[in-house]
Amino acid sequence: MKYDSQLCKLVSARALTQDVYDFVLECPPLAALARPGQFAQIRLPGHTLRRPISICGIDKAAGTLRFVFQIRGEGTAELAQFQPGSQIEILAPLGNGFPVDPAKRTLLVGGGIGVPPMLGVAAELKDKAVAVLGFRSRDAVILEKDFQGVGAKTLIATDDGTYGHHGLVTDLCRDQEFDCVMACGPAPMLKAVKALADHRGVPCFVSLEERMACGIGACLGCAVALNKEDGTQYFGHVCKDGPVFDSHRVAW
Amino acid sequence: MADLRVTIAGVEFANPLIAASGTFGFGREYNEFYPLSVLGGISCKGITIKERPGNPPPRVTETPGGMLNAVGLQNPGVDHFIREDLPWLSKQGTKIIANVAGNAPEDYCATVEKLNDTCVDMIELNISCPNVKQGGVQFGTTTEGVYGITSEVRKHCKKPLMVKLSPNVTDISEMAVAAESAGADAISMINTLTGMRIDIRTRRPIIRNNTGGMSGPALLPIALRMVWQASQKVKIPIVGLGGISTWQDAVEMLLAGATALQIGTVLFTDPYAPIKIAEGLSRYMDENGIKSLSELTGGVRPW
Repeated sequence: MKYDSQLCKLVSARALTQDVYDFVLECPPLAALARPGQFAQIRLPGHTLRRPISICGIDKAAGTLRFVFQIRGEGTAELAQFQPGSQIEILAPLGNGFPVDPAKRTLLVGGGIGVPPMLGVAAELKDKAVAVLGFRSRDAVILEKDFQGVGAKTLIATDDGTYGHHGLVTDLCRDQEFDCVMACGPAPMLKAVKALADHRGVPCFVSLEERMACGIGACLGCAVALNKEDGTQYFGHVCKDGPVFDSHRVAW
Repeated sequence: MADLRVTIAGVEFANPLIAASGTFGFGREYNEFYPLSVLGGISCKGITIKERPGNPPPRVTETPGGMLNAVGLQNPGVDHFIREDLPWLSKQGTKIIANVAGNAPEDYCATVEKLNDTCVDMIELNISCPNVKQGGVQFGTTTEGVYGITSEVRKHCKKPLMVKLSPNVTDISEMAVAAESAGADAISMINTLTGMRIDIRTRRPIIRNNTGGMSGPALLPIALRMVWQASQKVKIPIVGLGGISTWQDAVEMLLAGATALQIGTVLFTDPYAPIKIAEGLSRYMDENGIKSLSELTGGVRPW
């Protein structure tokens, strides 16, 4: 079994900010399979399509998966209403995770709601991780203590300067030493991070998102333009070929 | 235990539930959930004579009671399908329907000829894909077009031939008659209804193709009405699809006139839906003393 759709108990649910929620779901068989950077398709009553949400934390001993998600539309708004004890059906773990190498000092870059999937990577890398996290402003900052808690060197930037560095995450990245880069966030941030990795001559892996239907590679809905080795392009799919891609495969 | 077997154009399906083209790929992804033999058949992703790249994203979005898609017939081409997918598919214990699309009649005929000597059980002629300028829908929206392409393909096709009809027409039953008189062995209906959503912030259509094909539960009443109307005009069997999500929907579709069913968009909501529908159907038949599905087909009692 690579993935399955199962009913899971919501063991804890809390708001981290005005619109970002933190759920822990009990699903031992799925947690046993999960890797950092993979995602779940969460079923919502009355909705045709599930909502793809990245896995933020994996606790194989407790048999739980943690999801930190932002209210983006009516589906995620309805998801945020679930109370601890309720049952939620998830299809997981999906896609390819980050190729974590605990021997490599790895720069983890997260922007906004792209931060949660990086925590699972940091948890495996511990003090080998340098996490540089960017947010809009002080009240949008999430998971800082979680990154510190797993042993990652943790740096914060905000767009408006109300917390941490006033400016872009890439400003902070420039002063760091690393052998590898992994990132999730808005496209302009990912492009800037890729440019930095290329400049340093180190590998860079990025997690992408796209509107999605099946989540497993059957419907071909979540297309992303990728480079072939001969220089031409083709459409791969975020759910099955990704969501994590080698940055050189992506036709930016 | 009720007998769920159905026969269409001489092909016996273990049950009436067939995965709808475009929602099931070539089956591998769903084989992670259950053996594909739980399905009566699989209508594979639409294939063309040559590989097609598909449309740029976004290709899908949710709608009330359904979704829009404009994948644009992305597929690896018929040769790749025969070489890489069919050998595996043919060992899964389910019937294989090859859904064939194309730009021109020659493309359809050449693709079908390549499939003649394979183990494919049936051809589904896709003349109703709304998401590519030249993907067949140009043949599917007039009776002359349906008759012309069906009779042309018929000459080249040694397999049972099913024609998939577009609902984006004035009177779908006329299209059904045209397909039947041109030699089709069966009809599948309905394909997606063309629709649109707009992002009010950017004023851009959400789907990059501007329009997309709508599917999902919202389509069921339209599909039922169309199957009911067409079934009164043709003698060949109808495979009903469009919004079937529960076993009750399946019973309705059979009563409307369908001999078998295709299950599509509900797979995205619940990949186990076909198993639940088959179990519900079997239970309903047992409870009502129905021995064969054919007792349900066309059994609606109109006022």
